[in-house]
Amino acid sequence: MAFLELQSVHKRFGGGTVAVSGVDLSVDKGEFVSFLGPSGCGKTTTLRMIAGFERPTSGRVRVDGVDVTDKPPNQRNIGMVFQSYALFPNMTVAANIGYGLRIRHVDRKRIGDRVTELLALIHLEDRAGRYPWQLSGGQQQRVALARALAIEPQLLLLDEPLSALDAKIRLALRQEIRSIQRQLGITTVYVTHDQEEALSLSDRIVVMNDGHVEQVGAPAEVYGRPASSFVARFIGHLNIFEAHVVDPATGRVRVGDQEIRTSIGLSGHVREARVQIAVRPESLRFGEPPAGFNVLRGTVGDVVFLGATVRLRLRIDDRHEVSVDTFNDAATPLPDIGSTVSIAFPPGAVLGLDHEPAAEGAAHAASSSPRGGAILSASVGG
Amino acid sequence: MRRPSLTGWLIVALFAIYFLLPLLGTLLFSLKARPAFQAYVNVLKDPGFVGSLTYSFVIAVLTILASIAIVVPTAYWVRLRYPRIRPFVEFVTLLPFVVPPVVLVFGLIRTFSAPPLALTSTSVGTDALLVAAYAVLALPYMYRSADVGMRAIDIATLTEAAQSMGAGPLRILWQVILPNLRSALISGAFLTLAIVMGEYTIASFLTRPAFGPYLSLLGQDRAYEPAAVSLISFAITWLAMGVIGLVGRGSPNRVQLAGAR
Repeated sequence: MAFLELQSVHKRFGGGTVAVSGVDLSVDKGEFVSFLGPSGCGKTTTLRMIAGFERPTSGRVRVDGVDVTDKPPNQRNIGMVFQSYALFPNMTVAANIGYGLRIRHVDRKRIGDRVTELLALIHLEDRAGRYPWQLSGGQQQRVALARALAIEPQLLLLDEPLSALDAKIRLALRQEIRSIQRQLGITTVYVTHDQEEALSLSDRIVVMNDGHVEQVGAPAEVYGRPASSFVARFIGHLNIFEAHVVDPATGRVRVGDQEIRTSIGLSGHVREARVQIAVRPESLRFGEPPAGFNVLRGTVGDVVFLGATVRLRLRIDDRHEVSVDTFNDAATPLPDIGSTVSIAFPPGAVLGLDHEPAAEGAAHAASSSPRGGAILSASVGG
Repeated sequence: MRRPSLTGWLIVALFAIYFLLPLLGTLLFSLKARPAFQAYVNVLKDPGFVGSLTYSFVIAVLTILASIAIVVPTAYWVRLRYPRIRPFVEFVTLLPFVVPPVVLVFGLIRTFSAPPLALTSTSVGTDALLVAAYAVLALPYMYRSADVGMRAIDIATLTEAAQSMGAGPLRILWQVILPNLRSALISGAFLTLAIVMGEYTIASFLTRPAFGPYLSLLGQDRAYEPAAVSLISFAITWLAMGVIGLVGRGSPNRVQLAGAR
């Protein structure tokens, strides 16, 4: 049985705004699940309904088989970490961590032991007597995590906990959160709009859009087999092509005047029908194409250094520009700007998006703006 | 750090003259009694002085406590749950500026002199009425202080954090919100103390042995003593404010906002 269960959860705010619409979700004990989506998609509202800060307009929330929908937040035993840390400024680090235990009338010695244990867990043993304002942002968020864990909650909820931190600390703390979660085996729900964070941390990702769930799946599944056009566009980068169906039976399409083979289902389309297809930048490669690969020729428009990788922009024709990611390898010379090169990709790397009329002269490249819609079919990129 | 300019010094000097010159005048006048400082000796020997000053101070402290008990939960709930009625509540808190104390005290006497709430028939009841009246006078200062203090801390998130720890509303107010409003409330308390220590109209109409009526009475039949009393009460009020300030410095109240470090 699922440990956390959301059943047809709806939330409509005063004024008629529908924030969450019919969310069903089951989370297993010890699982790390992330809600991922753009701003305003309903992920934080859903989290707040689990915490008890918002009451669902309809639907039920169950934790460990118990219906908590009508329980106030202070009776749910759910730990929460906030984006703004929310440490109590008048209390020391130790008092902050022990606060929940003081409320539960745990004896002083046990509070002290638990605080010491948690300070060791977050590597802040020497900061017990400091006040929040004497700590860095990363340290404060670790204290907030320890405070949420101190009460041994049934569930741990994290609402964009790393958004206010700089990139380096964010990365370190991300790993620390995952490591602590694994160590304690605590069921965790994490809200983020950062896809890299969700992909690297989660057992499963819940992609949300416009108040509803677009897809629930493991990171590799959500990335490689997006269930909707929105998920495909929202997760990772995409090269999107306006194509014409050449042969619906074999999945062949034409991009400009170049023909490519796909493994997407086009049986519902007639010849010359317009469809949108997409290929991830990392699925494209230079050089001699292996047998069975598609080949596109284009002119190098730009070379962007990204550190470990280099992103090249190729102009295929007047309508299409393609991003290609390649390793920053000194042994492999990069093509010059203006030179003509070939890129290859397997038919299985082609994602079929639903048909949407492209803007005149549109040259979609890299991460596209999220738009909804059903996907034709999905294939794992090679 | 930049050194203040000549203009800056000039402005400070003008302000100092504006505030200190009357005090200096009062001091010089009070010293005219012979022998020197006789006015001060007379005042300090007068049991009415210490009695009225102590009475007013106790009433001021009670007023501050009553104001905090009324204003903090109100400002908290308005900010947290009913932000739409905030302009209305702000308007209500400004009413003491519009309604003169003499009107207020007549209203109080009319309402609380007859059963079922005949508070003016006992000394304790009248004192309670005086505290209530002063709490109304202090409302604009205390409410604004509390409201500004709450604006400086993210009360919504702090409340939710405490709720997730298992805290109920009263505990949150007492252990999380109130301690973090300490600086803001101290500034409101300063103003309340200053108002109560010098207030005359309400205390006089309620016939309470407060410092304001004592000062007025003294001025009717003595020449130099009222000036001495003014200066002594001025010094005592500042001393009291200093003590409140020192007590209030107990714990840090700096708030680290997300991403600020």
